[in-house]
Amino acid sequence: MATLKKKLVQWEPTDIKEELLKKYPPKVARKRAKQILINEAQENETPEISANVRTVPGIITMRGCTYAGCKGVILGPTRDIVNITHGPIGCGFYSWLTRRNQTDASAEGAENYMTYCFSTDMQDEDIIFGGEKKLEKAIQEAYDTFHPKAIAVFATCPVGLIGDDIHAVAKKMKEKLADCNVFAFSCEGYKGVSQSAGHHIANNQIFRHVVGENDEEKDGEYKINLLGEYNIGGDGFEIDRILKKCGITNIATFSGNSTYDQFASAPKADLNTVMCHRSINYVADMLETKYGIPWIKVNFIGAEATAKSLRKIAQYFGDKKLIDRVEEVIAEEMPEVKAVAEDVYPRTEGKTAMLFVGGSRAHHYQELFAEMGMKTLSAGYEFAHRDDYEGREVIPTLRVDADSRNIEEIEVEADEARYSPRKSSEEMEKLEEAGFKFKHYDGMIPDMDKGTLIIDDLNQYEAEKLVEILKPDVFCAGIKEKFSIQKLGVPMKQLHSYDSGGPYAGFKGAINFYKEIDRLVNSRIWGYMKAPWQETPELSATYVWE
Amino acid sequence: MRKVAIYGKGGIGKSTTTQNTVAGLAEMGRKVMVVGCDPKADSTRLLLGGLAQKSVLDTLREEGEDVELEDIRKGGFGGSWCVESGGPEPGVGCAGRGIITSINMLESLGAYEESEELDYAFYDVLGDVVCGGFAMPIRDGKAEEIYIVCSGEMMAMYAANNICKGIMKYAESGGVRLGGLICNSRNVDNEKDMIAELARKLGTQMIYFVPRDNDVQRAEINRKTVIEWNPEADQAKEYRGLAKAIDENEMFVVPKPLEIEELEQLLLDYGLMEA
Repeated sequence: MATLKKKLVQWEPTDIKEELLKKYPPKVARKRAKQILINEAQENETPEISANVRTVPGIITMRGCTYAGCKGVILGPTRDIVNITHGPIGCGFYSWLTRRNQTDASAEGAENYMTYCFSTDMQDEDIIFGGEKKLEKAIQEAYDTFHPKAIAVFATCPVGLIGDDIHAVAKKMKEKLADCNVFAFSCEGYKGVSQSAGHHIANNQIFRHVVGENDEEKDGEYKINLLGEYNIGGDGFEIDRILKKCGITNIATFSGNSTYDQFASAPKADLNTVMCHRSINYVADMLETKYGIPWIKVNFIGAEATAKSLRKIAQYFGDKKLIDRVEEVIAEEMPEVKAVAEDVYPRTEGKTAMLFVGGSRAHHYQELFAEMGMKTLSAGYEFAHRDDYEGREVIPTLRVDADSRNIEEIEVEADEARYSPRKSSEEMEKLEEAGFKFKHYDGMIPDMDKGTLIIDDLNQYEAEKLVEILKPDVFCAGIKEKFSIQKLGVPMKQLHSYDSGGPYAGFKGAINFYKEIDRLVNSRIWGYMKAPWQETPELSATYVWE
Repeated sequence: MRKVAIYGKGGIGKSTTTQNTVAGLAEMGRKVMVVGCDPKADSTRLLLGGLAQKSVLDTLREEGEDVELEDIRKGGFGGSWCVESGGPEPGVGCAGRGIITSINMLESLGAYEESEELDYAFYDVLGDVVCGGFAMPIRDGKAEEIYIVCSGEMMAMYAANNICKGIMKYAESGGVRLGGLICNSRNVDNEKDMIAELARKLGTQMIYFVPRDNDVQRAEINRKTVIEWNPEADQAKEYRGLAKAIDENEMFVVPKPLEIEELEQLLLDYGLMEA
């Protein structure tokens, strides 16, 4: 086995790319070739990759649909909005509680509707005669039963095809119910090229209908929002624990462990920190334009990355009390992390990983693997855009195509009453001179080793080929890839839902991750996959024609 | 049983022509069922004498799954059976899906069974083929022969040509064939020759030229087909002629739709050049 492995590692990246493309018809191969990049990032020069383009029909993609991105990813983690899926029952049912986004509804009087699955359960008759009346009734029924603060309506594919005006229904019901905010999302699954369109549609409507609805002042020092954190496996709980320990007040998380009121109060924060750049950077931009809140990119995946992000937040506020407190917290948390890292290091060092997940996770988790001495051989996103690979500076050069034009862009202006720049332009400049970067994200490519393969929208065929050629010690993706990879005899870690694990964010999360990966890459179970008769057959025979 | 679908541009007179033809066939002793595939549900009014009947979809909505054949079809002129598919109000829902549902319902209720002893089933389909649902009558061997109602007006000819494209698509996979063009005259110059030439170019025939006659309107006001209203009228003879032509028709083809330039040339040759 060992000799075989050594032999295979000699594949040159160009040969691997060629091998992946070999099976495709010429036109498909040309298209995929632009999405498979051999990393040659130099200082000040990042190679271009094709991303956020349609998957070629027939390819078994890892992507999800727009409805999943809107209802499942963005609104799924908010506990006190009643989410009604307008459509046939399957869409609602199979998007219910599948992402392991946790919530804490333990406070007295806290509402939690996550454990309910709401759907209009459209039938043939509703498709033919239109489903607006049924939707209206469903909203009324949900209101009468639960009296929620807000009800959200999600369109599925057939609703878009028959043209039910869900926004008109939402508006009518909002006026009728008076004390319940009702709004709708045109997030039909077929829209856009991936779930990314759904994130965009979700965030736009939350910004339009909810953000700024609560004008009450919020208590606390060093007020921030955490954007693009979804509390999978309790990540958000760990980040909140650390923030609290540092004395930082988290006004709103978009949208892990969140509530309606958090979104509504978001303009009360003085800094926006962006975790997942892909799903929400435009909201950060809009919050800055409308309310004057600057934003920075953070990453709480990895102990060092967590420490760095905390220091960045402290530096922004520039208050010695906070700066000192952050250092104390880091000093307090790190020894335990380091101890576990040192314990696993001899067993994980030199091992290899592949990550094909999300629109930021495949980048963030490389931090954790690096802390364990593991090398990322190949990585890519499912639904990222070019800026998530190459850095934000490419945004002005992104080509607007028919698919992106299909997704609404909101134009925002400074709010006359509420716009107030949190830092003067002199203060901002001073911070920037000191190396502080606002609205900045480098992307995945510059952080990866030379010669590694960066592949956008990886598919099942290419995934199996890659594993076959490079034999990574662990492969990270989502549930659809889980078992096809494990059948190849390689451990697979889900980085969407974390299998049954987590949290992996922050300091405690890093410890969990080190232990989990150590367990996976050093398990001997994969050696027992071959049945005894496959290794040493008791009988052997041949066919006559052989 | 012959299964016939009538297509054509909106307002061209499909329902009127269909019902008058059916009256002619019924007079000849043929057993005919007419299935109206228009959400407006007005394809059988003349045969039923204006009797408003409950559409298949309305019945389905009210009765649920427990529907009998007798709930959705009504006896009309000359022993014909009349069915209206029905559908949503304009601007909501999906009428195409409605047609699919109601034709499936008719099939499962046995409306086409041999025991019904039908000679003909006629589908009267709204305007253009706008989506898959409206193509339902020509899919899966439901209707086998198609007649397109047209006139010498340009848009009617465009529509006829477009419908031929739809027929061609389904002719490849199923057994549907074009039986001919029915010219429902609008008194356009050279109309008869022009439609005959269009038919020839499409690879089919003009099966009948129905002249314009206000008796059609008079009969309609009385909620009757011309044959029922005034059996002696000239126009009644014309519809008998059309019914006979269809009954005796043996020319069934896969049409060859024209390029737009060819179609325009035809109009120039027969229409505008004379003016």
